Amino acid sequence: MKRFLLPLIIFLVMVGFLAVGLHLDPREVPSPLVGKPAPAFDLPLLDQPEKTFSPKQMLGQVWLLNVWASWCVACREEHPLLVALSKAKLVPLYGMDYKDTRAEAQQWLNEGGNPYEANAMDIDGRVGIDYGVYGVPETYVIDKSGMIVYKQIGPITEQVLSNKIMPLVERLQAQ
Amino acid sequence: MIPEIGHFSLILALLVALILGSVPIIGAARGNAVWMELARPAARAQFFLIATAFICLAYTFASKDYSVGYVASNSNSKLPLQFRIAAVWGGHEGSLLLWAMILSIWTVAVSVFSKHLPDDMRARILGVMGLISVGFLLFMLVVSNPFERLIPAALDGRDLNPLLQDPGMIFHPPMLYMGYVGFSVAFAFAIAALLGGQLDSAWARWSRPWTTMAWVFLTLGIMGGSNWAYYELGWGGWWFWDAVENASFMPWLVGTALIHSLAVTEKRGSFKAWTVLLAIGAFSLSLLGTFLVRSGVLTSVHAFATDPRRGLFILVFLVVVIGGSLALFAWRAPTVGRGGKFSVISRESFLLANNVLLAVAAMSVLLGTLYPLFLDALGLGKISVGPPYFDTVFVPLMTPALFLMGIGPIARWKNATLPELAMRLRWAFAVSVATALVLPLLLGHWTPMIGLGLFLAFWIFASSVHLVRQRLAGDRATLLARMKSVPRAWWGMVIAHIGIAVFTLGVTVVKGFESEIAVRMLPGDVAHLAGYDFKFEGVQDSIGANYTASRGQLRVSKNGVERTVLSPEKRLYTVQNMPMTEAGISPALIHDLYASLGEPLEDGAWSVRIYHKPMVEWIWAGAVLMALGGLLAISDRRYRVRRKNLTEEKAVTKKSVVKKAVVKKPAAKKTVTKKVSAKV
Repeated sequence: MKRFLLPLIIFLVMVGFLAVGLHLDPREVPSPLVGKPAPAFDLPLLDQPEKTFSPKQMLGQVWLLNVWASWCVACREEHPLLVALSKAKLVPLYGMDYKDTRAEAQQWLNEGGNPYEANAMDIDGRVGIDYGVYGVPETYVIDKSGMIVYKQIGPITEQVLSNKIMPLVERLQAQ
Repeated sequence: MIPEIGHFSLILALLVALILGSVPIIGAARGNAVWMELARPAARAQFFLIATAFICLAYTFASKDYSVGYVASNSNSKLPLQFRIAAVWGGHEGSLLLWAMILSIWTVAVSVFSKHLPDDMRARILGVMGLISVGFLLFMLVVSNPFERLIPAALDGRDLNPLLQDPGMIFHPPMLYMGYVGFSVAFAFAIAALLGGQLDSAWARWSRPWTTMAWVFLTLGIMGGSNWAYYELGWGGWWFWDAVENASFMPWLVGTALIHSLAVTEKRGSFKAWTVLLAIGAFSLSLLGTFLVRSGVLTSVHAFATDPRRGLFILVFLVVVIGGSLALFAWRAPTVGRGGKFSVISRESFLLANNVLLAVAAMSVLLGTLYPLFLDALGLGKISVGPPYFDTVFVPLMTPALFLMGIGPIARWKNATLPELAMRLRWAFAVSVATALVLPLLLGHWTPMIGLGLFLAFWIFASSVHLVRQRLAGDRATLLARMKSVPRAWWGMVIAHIGIAVFTLGVTVVKGFESEIAVRMLPGDVAHLAGYDFKFEGVQDSIGANYTASRGQLRVSKNGVERTVLSPEKRLYTVQNMPMTEAGISPALIHDLYASLGEPLEDGAWSVRIYHKPMVEWIWAGAVLMALGGLLAISDRRYRVRRKNLTEEKAVTKKSVVKKAVVKKPAAKKTVTKKVSAKV
């Protein structure tokens, strides 16, 4: 009898999770990192593995950190917008290539254009854990003192960019 | 007026479904023939009413009535007619109506083709399907009514998502839903059998054609979706491990296991409880897929409109349907009995191993799909699961499964011996190892993954060839006569297995040998890839029904001989101001040449991406072969024989119901069937 109850028990546990999941919005997860300093890292660059990138280098500037990967479908959606953003030269955009391979990432940038000042390679996703990366793409707005001010989960849309991110960036730059 | 007729039909359909879901089941419990007999007219009435609602919605779309909210959000006056009709299932509410409509089609089909079933069994099956229908109709009427009026009416519609404006939209969703919902028949058979305590090999034999039919639709539906993504998304991928793709793949894996498990239950009387669990599982995963897609608990490129209130409704529905049937399973399954014994090396064992591997694969896909949600709900942090996880998990699970596919059909039932199997398959093994080692070197390079993929594909080919030769051996009669004497179901199996081999071959070769370039091209420029020259002849503007397009032209030649012309397009759908790429593809058996337009650059140059995809079409050809195999199996003589001998069979079945002892012994039942078919 017990053996035959197992599927039911497993199912009920799953339903518990789904019920909780209903009340979580996967797109707007309040990040505990907002208002805290951006976690430090020192990662090799995508195009020059001998050099590294660290958030420390950006102190004194407002900048965006975009987490992406060549295997990520939604990244393709936001990519043209990032390219346009980088052409406008309003705010420096840095990329973190998440759980990816160098060749595929490079190929991807060659295809869609490279909007990033530089790209840090987070091959094993360790730094991603520090940043609480939930799903790629994610974008962080980081202020002059190195604090995370805003986190966008999922692709950036035209709306989010012009209504949330850019006004925020302008305000922070004026500080 | 027309939308109101549709709305009213849905309400009536709900009432009929309530009757269908209660009266016949109670009748079966009490042995009341009149109450049981009500199932058939109710199934027909339900179909008629839901079809009326469906036609009303389609008419509302066709006649551009933007006073209906759902029509206004999913179509536009400039949208061509075929897409205005397909837009019926372009959003949440209409998808549900399609779901309910297809469920009613399956219900009617069961009521028509179930004359040979015992009356109580048929009443229960149709009743269970009626109950599922109640859930969906209620869901539609309470939180997702497609006929809701929009006041004031919109001047024009917001248009169908341009991604969906493709011939794929006309076939892919109905096919997929036929598969999803088709598993409700196997589910209803299982529940009816649990309720009636009639889990025997006759039950398995009745379920088999229905299960295979649903599986055929699901296979074609998934294949169509994959092919659509390949040419529509413009970057040459064919599977993305997206949550919604996973939702269709899980029932497919479990359904495949179910088909094999049903075969054992029918032939040997074993695995009964396991088969019932798989039947419940396949349909439960279809329902879960609907929940995942429609509730918004997961983000996905497929999630167009989501609403937590709807999510709660579906969750409650899931608890009732899946929880209820698993509880019934826990209660009744212990009484089922274990069936025939078999040794560790036997066809039963191989099929069981394959079954377990398929079920574990389905569970690992489920885990990967829900894992971010689990961790999030427990407050353990947030992670993402992408193709890296699925690729890592899938290869080790599918490798033994594909390997066993070569052995299973050759092993004897009940008891086989390893040395004998090794003897018989030694040539197949040698051929596939040699191919795996040599072929990649001829094609360019060797990697362990290419070697493994080719080994498995050729292992299945070679062992199938051995199987066919062995079956057709003998010197009596001509080869043709011997081929005819083998049942079609057996040929179906062989063809479906070869389909898996073709699919594996396609995946391996395209993953191992594809190449691509991204280049900036001025008119007159030539790009080179895989021995072909691609001459860019510039871009011309054109205007479609509801979009403007830039159409590029690439003349493809090899060694100076022109081979084909590729015309990739970049479209701008004017209503939503949404750009889309349409790839230019030249498909062939050996390879696809694939081009898509990137961005326009300065001085009339364009960025162009060109892909060389060897044997990519084999992926879908493999799926088509699997479906063909399934169809061939359904057309097997033993399923048709019964229909011709309807009265005879009915008498036999009735007798066997009365004399329960006869039913309980699969062997006895089998001889009866054999006698019936021998008479034809």
